[in-house]
Amino acid sequence: MVPLSWYLGLSALLFTIGAVGVFIKRNAITIFLCIELMLNAVNLAFVALSSYFGDMGGQLFVFIVMTVAAAEAAVGLAIIISIFRNRESLNVDEADSLKL
Amino acid sequence: MNEPLLSIIILAPLAGALILGLFGKRMGERAISFVACLTVGISAALSFYVFFRHLHALEEGARIHDYLFTWINVGGFRADFALLLDSLSGIYILFVTFVAFWIHVFATGYMKGEAGYWRFFAYLNLFMFAMLTLVLADNFLLMFVGWEGVGLCSYLLIGYYFRKDFANDAAKKAFIVNRIGDFGFALGLLLLFLKSGSIFYFDDASRGIHGAFEWAASQAADPTTLSVIFAGGITTIAVLMFVGATGKSAQIPLFVWLPDAMAGPTPVSALIHAATMVTAGVYMVSRASFVYVKAPTAMAIVAIIGAATALFAATIGIAQWDIKKVLAYSTVSQLGYMFLACGVGAFTAGIFHVFTHAFFKALLFLGSGSVIIGLHHEQDMSRMGGLRKYMPWTFRTMAVGWLAIAGVPLLSGFFSKDEILYRTFTSSVLDPTLGKILWFVGAATALLTAIYMTRLMVLTFWGDERFDTHGSHSHDSHGHGDHHAPKESPVSMVLPLVVLAAGAIFAGYLGVPEALSGGRIQNFFEHLLHPAIAEPVAQGETAHAAEGHGTELALTAISTVIAFLGIWVGWSWFKRTPLWKPPRLLEEKYYVDEAYDAAIINPVKATSTGLLWKIIDVRIIDGAVNGAARLAALFGTGLRYVQSGLARSYVAIVIMGAVLVIGYFMLG
Repeated sequence: MVPLSWYLGLSALLFTIGAVGVFIKRNAITIFLCIELMLNAVNLAFVALSSYFGDMGGQLFVFIVMTVAAAEAAVGLAIIISIFRNRESLNVDEADSLKL
Repeated sequence: MNEPLLSIIILAPLAGALILGLFGKRMGERAISFVACLTVGISAALSFYVFFRHLHALEEGARIHDYLFTWINVGGFRADFALLLDSLSGIYILFVTFVAFWIHVFATGYMKGEAGYWRFFAYLNLFMFAMLTLVLADNFLLMFVGWEGVGLCSYLLIGYYFRKDFANDAAKKAFIVNRIGDFGFALGLLLLFLKSGSIFYFDDASRGIHGAFEWAASQAADPTTLSVIFAGGITTIAVLMFVGATGKSAQIPLFVWLPDAMAGPTPVSALIHAATMVTAGVYMVSRASFVYVKAPTAMAIVAIIGAATALFAATIGIAQWDIKKVLAYSTVSQLGYMFLACGVGAFTAGIFHVFTHAFFKALLFLGSGSVIIGLHHEQDMSRMGGLRKYMPWTFRTMAVGWLAIAGVPLLSGFFSKDEILYRTFTSSVLDPTLGKILWFVGAATALLTAIYMTRLMVLTFWGDERFDTHGSHSHDSHGHGDHHAPKESPVSMVLPLVVLAAGAIFAGYLGVPEALSGGRIQNFFEHLLHPAIAEPVAQGETAHAAEGHGTELALTAISTVIAFLGIWVGWSWFKRTPLWKPPRLLEEKYYVDEAYDAAIINPVKATSTGLLWKIIDVRIIDGAVNGAARLAALFGTGLRYVQSGLARSYVAIVIMGAVLVIGYFMLG
């Protein structure tokens, strides 16, 4: 039986990779994938703790997160496509027209 | 007892108002007048049917209800939408619907060709709904609904010629002055509810209702001192309610709106500002007689205000040139009589005068309307005269009204006015000396009434023809510029005059004072109203029976002499000098409007502009709003530097925030 700490450790690792990815990458698709990575890291923590405490609540949350993530993916990809059509580039640092 | 027809009486005019208000614009004049007269006719017919069907029960004090639904039921407060027919409301619906029906018929002729014909009749029908609600309500809150409803319709109808400034001003004046009175009435109702726990008039076991009047009847009478007015007891309630009555019924100090209300079309003046709405105050006071009899101070106030108004308005009436203004002041004066009667405890006599007055004053107003139309919208009596031969029927019917209001024996006004004067003289409610003084004021008013009404008749129908027969007025645009001589009005206008003249002659016979018939004929009116009206508490020992009929007969003789004397004085005075120049003080109505302007209106205006607008609104309120906006702008200017446009800087902020929050929870 794999102990809980391993799951949580993996979850923390995945989350950190995701966070660092969002932080240092410039390509919008990559940032997007990193966000998905963070969400799934959290999902992993949820199911692990749910199983550990014998509480169904955590698994329910996972479904909600997955639903939201799916919706967010649809909207997010649409935005990314639209940005690409306008600017011929996916570099987020160039999409700064809201700046002062 | 239950009578489902009662709700039809009030709903028929409402239906008429809705039909005319929604579709009237596309209907022809004939269809409009048909709908308007039909709905009021239904009300009138049902009123008569219901009243006479239950007459026997009403005489014995039955209260017939028509419960529609419970309107408000919160905690200890309950108000029903329910109607009550007892002898008091029964009498009222009879003459209100009867007079109103004939005025509607008259109006179909009078308003012919006016723009907004449908609007006029929609308002008139709506007024009937409100008035009948006021009268038939079985609790004070529903009465208040009708009370405000008639005020609204009065406003709409005074301002009927809304393109003219004076009509709009008069409408607003009427509405605002009434609002002051209504405020007092509302306060009175609140206090009544606080004290008695009910706003219903009477107990009704079938609905589990306790009445405010039963509460009032169980209270001890307040002492007759001035301080009880402010003590918050039953006297305060009565005085506050009377404030409402002074507004609606045009008594001192709130009478100023009624003469200006003549800016409305003449049928409106006849229906609302003479026969029905303005008597709502008298109705309310007599309805609340159970409260008033426990508050002798309030009754004295009612009597004094009534008598003062009667005399005051009569002296103004003698000096007016506008035929409708004379009648308006006459109405104010006659309303004063009614309150005088209520104040001396003779509520029945007051209601009786309301009843007879409705006939002869509506008649006089409609007659004046006929004259005005006959002369192509001329209202100035100095430009009338000699109309007797041009308008014979208007003349004959108005002569009946004139003699009735002057108090000539055997006409209706004589019986009711005489009854009031007699009851004032022998009042057991007031201090006897005060009673005698008030009687003298009333008698003087009767003399003045006879004089100014004779003046009106002489100036209009006798003497030289002072009107302009060459049509040099700009009325040719009306399309009847080719009629130079005045001519009699059409049958739709003359017929109501004849009917009302018959009423002015015979209405009085319902309440012939017992002394006149030597006790052989029962005073039917008094007998009928007896169960609905509270018996005043006698202060002294002057019981009626002990006085016998001697005093009454003597006073009747005096009244008769006064009536003939007044007519004789008026006749010989104004036949000789029809254009007699009245004293400026009277012609200018004692400068009451000017005094109100100086004392109240101008200070209010100055405070509104100088303080409320320029300082409180502009500086403080606008300052606060603009200041809040400026503060937000200031923060925004500072914060916008955070908006770098770099996605990674946002991410950095999010992560830093997350770290801070998590760190806070882990360490704290």
